[in-house]
Formats: sequence, C-alpha cells, structure tokens
Amino acid sequence: MRRSKYTRPAWLGEQGEGGQDTADKPRLTTSAMIASLAGPDQRTKPAPFGHALAALAESRPEIVGLTADLAKYTDLHVFAKAHPDRFYQMGMAEQLLISAAAGMAREGFMPFATTYAVFAARRAYDFICMAIAEENLNVKIVCALPGLTTGYGPSHQATEDIAIFRGMPNIAIIDPCDAHEIEQAVPAIAAHNGPVYMRLLRGNVPVVLDEYGYTFEFGKAKTLRDGHDVLIVSSGLMTMRALEAAEALSHDNVDVGVLHVPTIKPLDEATILKEASRTGRMVVVAENHTIVGGLGEAVAGLLMRSGVFPTAFRQIALPDEFLDAGALPTLHDRYGLSVSAMTRSIKGWL
Amino acid sequence: MPRAPQPALSNVSLVDRAYRIRRNALRMGEVQGQGYIAQALGIADVLAVSYFHAMRYRPENPEWEERDRFLLSIGHYAIALYAALIEAGIILDDELESYGTDDSRLPMSGMAAYTPGMEITGGSLGHGLGLAVGFCLGLKRKQSSSFVYCLFSDGELGEGSIWEGAWSASHWKLDNLIGIVDVNNQQADGPASQVTGFEPLEARFESFGWHVQRVNGNDIDALVAAFDAARNLAEPKPRIIICDTKMAKGVPFLEERERNHFLRVEPHEWRKALELLDAGRTA
Repeated sequence: MRRSKYTRPAWLGEQGEGGQDTADKPRLTTSAMIASLAGPDQRTKPAPFGHALAALAESRPEIVGLTADLAKYTDLHVFAKAHPDRFYQMGMAEQLLISAAAGMAREGFMPFATTYAVFAARRAYDFICMAIAEENLNVKIVCALPGLTTGYGPSHQATEDIAIFRGMPNIAIIDPCDAHEIEQAVPAIAAHNGPVYMRLLRGNVPVVLDEYGYTFEFGKAKTLRDGHDVLIVSSGLMTMRALEAAEALSHDNVDVGVLHVPTIKPLDEATILKEASRTGRMVVVAENHTIVGGLGEAVAGLLMRSGVFPTAFRQIALPDEFLDAGALPTLHDRYGLSVSAMTRSIKGWL
Repeated sequence: MPRAPQPALSNVSLVDRAYRIRRNALRMGEVQGQGYIAQALGIADVLAVSYFHAMRYRPENPEWEERDRFLLSIGHYAIALYAALIEAGIILDDELESYGTDDSRLPMSGMAAYTPGMEITGGSLGHGLGLAVGFCLGLKRKQSSSFVYCLFSDGELGEGSIWEGAWSASHWKLDNLIGIVDVNNQQADGPASQVTGFEPLEARFESFGWHVQRVNGNDIDALVAAFDAARNLAEPKPRIIICDTKMAKGVPFLEERERNHFLRVEPHEWRKALELLDAGRTA
C-alpha cells in the first residue's frame, strides 16, 4: 500500500494536535544521494570505478570518458581529474551522451559513458539500442543507482534496468558486488569487444570479495560458499547480503551456499545448471531488481528449458511496484533486501 | 588545419549527376513499386553537390580514414543515398535491382551494417545529429581534417534529441560539422509546417550558435556556393545549410500529387516517370 497525499504520517497525529512524543518519531531520513551502502564496520574503498578507469586509461589511449552532468555522482570525476583532455562533459542530455559516445566509438575510441541507471535505461533506451547495440559498438555504459540504491523514489530507482537491457541484443550486463570486483571488472569490460551495461556502486564502496579469493571473469559465475540446504544465486550488492544471510542462517543449522553471478548477460548457464542440479537444495535467486525480467526469471527460464528442477525455487526481489521514497535501510527491510529480511524469508520457505 | 585538395572533378556536370541520381532512385522505386521516391527526387541535387563537389572519398575504399563522413539521419531517404552511392561508384549499378528485396545490401531503411558507404543506422529519427557530435569530437581527437555531413529533415526537427545535438555542437565549436536540413514540408501526417510548425528555422539555428545559410535545394549553383561557404568558413562554429526542396522534383505528375510522403506508383507510371525525367533532361 503506497502512502497517500491525503493522509498524514501516523506519528504526527491529526492536523493541529501537534506531534507525539519524540520517542515515536522515526529517526531515519531519506538517504543522501551519495550515501554509502557500507555498514558501520565494513571496510570500504573510495570511488573504485573512477580510480580503476583512470589507471586503465594510462595504458589504453583510446579510452575516453563521457557523462551527462553526473561525473561526481558516478565517480567519473576521478578519471576527469587524471585525464582532463579525455573527459567530455555532455551536459544534462542523455540521448546526446549516448549518441556522441556511439559516434566516438565509430571513430575508434572506447567511450565509458556514465549517468544514473534510470536515465540510461529509460530515457536513452532507443539511442543505446539503435546507435550502440545494433552496431555492436565498443561503448561501456556505467550507471550509478541501480535497482533500489537510493531513497529518492521512483524517479531515481532503476528497479527494472536489467529487464530492459536483457531484451536488447548484443549488450552485456554486469552487476558487480563490491569495490574489489569493480576494480577487476573495469579492465575486463574494456577487454570485451562490444557494448556493456554495468551497474555501479559508487562513493565509499564496501570491500567483501577479497576475503573469498575471488577474481572477476567476464561471463563467469563463481561459487563463494558451499552449502547443502540452500543455494542462493545472486548478483550485485545482494551477494554481499547473501553471504551475511548465509552466515546468520548457519547459526540456525541451515547450510547455505552462495553462487555469485555478476555477468547477467551472457549468463554462465553451465555453472548455474551444475550448481542448481545438485539434489536436495532449494534455489533462491536474490537480486536488487524487480521480480520481473531480472536474474531470477533468467535463471528460472534456464532451469525450465534445461529440465532441471530443484527441490524448490524462490525469488528475493523487489515487488512489481513503484517503490516508496525514504531511508534506504528502511526500504531494504520493507522490500525484503536486508540481511534480516532475507534470513526471515529463507527460514519461512524451509 | 591544412586540408587535402578535392578530387579532380570529372567532366560530368553536377546537373547530370543529379539527373542520374534521380534516375537510379526511380529504377529502385520500380523494383518495389512504392517508397520514398518524392524525397529522393527532391534531395538529388543536394546529394549531387555533396558527393561530386564537396566531399572527399575513395569509391574503392568506402572506409578510407581521411574521407568526409556523410550521416543519413533520415533512414527512409536510403533510396536517395543508394542512388548517390551508385553514381559515386561505391555500390555497383547492378545491385540496384536488389533494392528492398530479401538478403539485399540495400534495405528500405538505411543501415550501417548492411551497406558500403552508409555510416550510421538511421530511421529512428532524431539520432543523426547526436551521432554527428560524437563523430566530430572523435575526428578532432585524431586531428583529422575530415568533415562530417549530417542530413536530417524538417519533420525530424520535432525530435528533442536534434536540439540536444544542435546545442552541443556549438558548445564544442564543431567547425567540422555541416548539417543539412531538407525542408520539403511533407511528413507522414501531412505538411510539416502544419503538423508542428518548424519556422523560423534560420533564427532557431542562429540562436543555437550555428552559422546558417538557407538556399533553394534544387538550385545547383546556389548549393555549390553554400557548400563552399560552409567548408571555407573560418569561424569556429558548426554550419547548417537549410535546403528548401521540391518533393518529386523532375517528374511533374508526381510533384503534383497532394500527399507524396510515401508514393505508390502503378507499374506503367514508372516508365512514364523515367520518360518525363529523361525528357526534362534533354529539354
């Protein structure tokens, strides 16, 4: 049930009564646009994408960076500072951003174009489709605020970006989990010859996967943790959450494995089928995306087509709704993406 | 920066080139029995001046790095551009018979992947000028002296992305960009001036920081002067040549059709159209 403009928040009381006790007031406020996803004790790295791209550009003179008035908010400012003559500020014009990136790719350059995921997926779709994907051009589209990573409300919540890009031929979709993976994914997507859409965690980004001896490989899913009862298949920040949920569930004697799938298209079908074929495990796909058309449905379709039927199949994903504005921790809890919500869901399904 | 000299002009006049582009277009139209023939006949003089006066290219190597780029934003004008590419020797004459047929390299809407000499996939209108900005920025990075020509149309000006491109081109001082607007006052639902009036065009582009010329797009001498002026301009700004053209120019009975955005022509009429075009040439 969405909030209504005709109803005041309950804790404010009736109009004219004045507020209730401060103890009842919610403490959380709408996340700032540059708020970090990191927990209080989590290790982080600043702007991993910007630093990785600036470093890669030292040895790849064809790399240029373009943005639509969001350099600071996509960490591209780090690249712009390191390589000012290779940075193109295209202004608040996403159709132009994408078209110009396509034109530069046609002239032999490798543009990294950045904006928010909503603006690439929704506003610039036709331009990405016809100018870049149809031509299979070497443009890398790197977008902050994927899925539910801001409390700003539906205008900035790209809850359907993966569904949109999965329907577009030729373009690869990458959903990295943490700073460690972003640093490795930048050279890997540059090495891939073709268009790429990468979801970006920006600002102070948690570092998690280094503890698992993990390396990113384009198109590869990797098992981070083994478990006999449940297999969580996840991408992006949900892999962080899955690892924490697995740890929490282990205290309840629930043995949870985690398969991280950072390349959503092309999907690593062999690894997913191998892991999902193991008998006796419930498969739970966890994604920071609407339940429609994302990793969950991609995996479900794969399993059905291949005749692989796990003990049970469940999805942890955002509802098919326009989501609330509010503080991100509140929203992740409300929509089932927080560690505690995931743990509750999985226990309920067992 | 210094520019390579233009290729030596052959003794075929630009008027003859335009006539032969029209003839190629009519022959392709006959293959399908329908199409954007009126636009092709209308823009033939502009294409003749582009390909046989203004542009540098090598017919045997359409991807020659030092070529001038011609971006066709209006993909449905492909029949016109194929006619020019055939006349230019980039596509062989006999391929004309495959226009719009299965497995043809000449699809009805222009596509970069299919056709030699086709720089972009047009057709989803409003894409060309933004792409042109990227081509121009890329060429400048390479310190190339090539020009980018971008052909779009009056009806297409309704797409907001055209104006994103127009704004950006002057911000980046793209003096290697020559825009060409075909003003034939016809779009799918009727006269462009009525669907959503597009004037005053000169003032609009001037206010966006462009060097503006407006000419009769069916007057070869006027076009030559305008293309020369656009190429030789010293000012660091993008240039636009607004070309007023007549739909179906050169075939009177098609010129007079009230709604000629997409023409269907009876089989016997193609012969008549070619005869009238030929007669107009010799008159």
